[in-house]
Amino acid sequence: MTFRKYLVLAGVTLFAAIGDTFLARGMKQVGNVSLHGLPDIVFSILNPWVALGIFFLLGFFAAYMMALSWADLTYVLPATSLGYVLLTLIAKFFLHEQVTTMRWLGVVLISAGVGFVTQGPALTRHPSRHNQRDREPEPVGTGAEP
Amino acid sequence: MKHAYTWGAILAVVLASTAGDVLLSRAMKKVGDVGTLWRSAGLLAVAGRILRRPSFLLGIFMMAVSFFSLLFALSWGDVSLVAPASASLTFVANAVAAKIFLHEHVDHRRWIAALLVAGGVVLLAA
Repeated sequence: MTFRKYLVLAGVTLFAAIGDTFLARGMKQVGNVSLHGLPDIVFSILNPWVALGIFFLLGFFAAYMMALSWADLTYVLPATSLGYVLLTLIAKFFLHEQVTTMRWLGVVLISAGVGFVTQGPALTRHPSRHNQRDREPEPVGTGAEP
Repeated sequence: MKHAYTWGAILAVVLASTAGDVLLSRAMKKVGDVGTLWRSAGLLAVAGRILRRPSFLLGIFMMAVSFFSLLFALSWGDVSLVAPASASLTFVANAVAAKIFLHEHVDHRRWIAALLVAGGVVLLAA
């Protein structure tokens, strides 16, 4: 794992949290969507907050694809879950929501999980039989060092 | 009815996004390190290689299903329930799916991480 790769993981985290915040805000303005009006959900992208959320989620997606090209899914997902911690901080300091003790405990658990997974290797090395079938080009960079 | 819609949509989000993550991860592993490829072949070549992967396109489709399910869920339930519930279930579902379908080495460290994160996300909703 290089500094550049940690930056990509940070991008995944930040863009997802910001995008979700905007989406949630926009969908509250759009209001309840019923099963009958399901096709109408497509038009919710016309809401500016939803559109801005989608813009950030595109950035998230590009960073996420980059990360998945050199790290395992079970590494990238927990490693980028700090976004929930970020969402909690946004809720507390920007939206002025009340953050309970339980939520802070949740923040602690997530941070612990992130600590756990980032201690280990980022990529599974498939020693023998999966090599040919699963990977045509041999992935570059071991990702083994922390 | 509100609860049935909300939880039905959450289940759809979890299943679709897990399928999407697994497909996208498989596609990107086959493409190889994007950073290295970008420097050697250029951005267009990278994009072309990614877009030619059927598993990438199918993954995108599943992500779109998951996205609209999430919008649907958000329009019925509180974001403080919908987001953590679908996310925490997705973490656990992904750990299982990555082990089965991607043959990732999900050791105890990764199980603990997935469960801690899933548990933490549930607490965020409390």
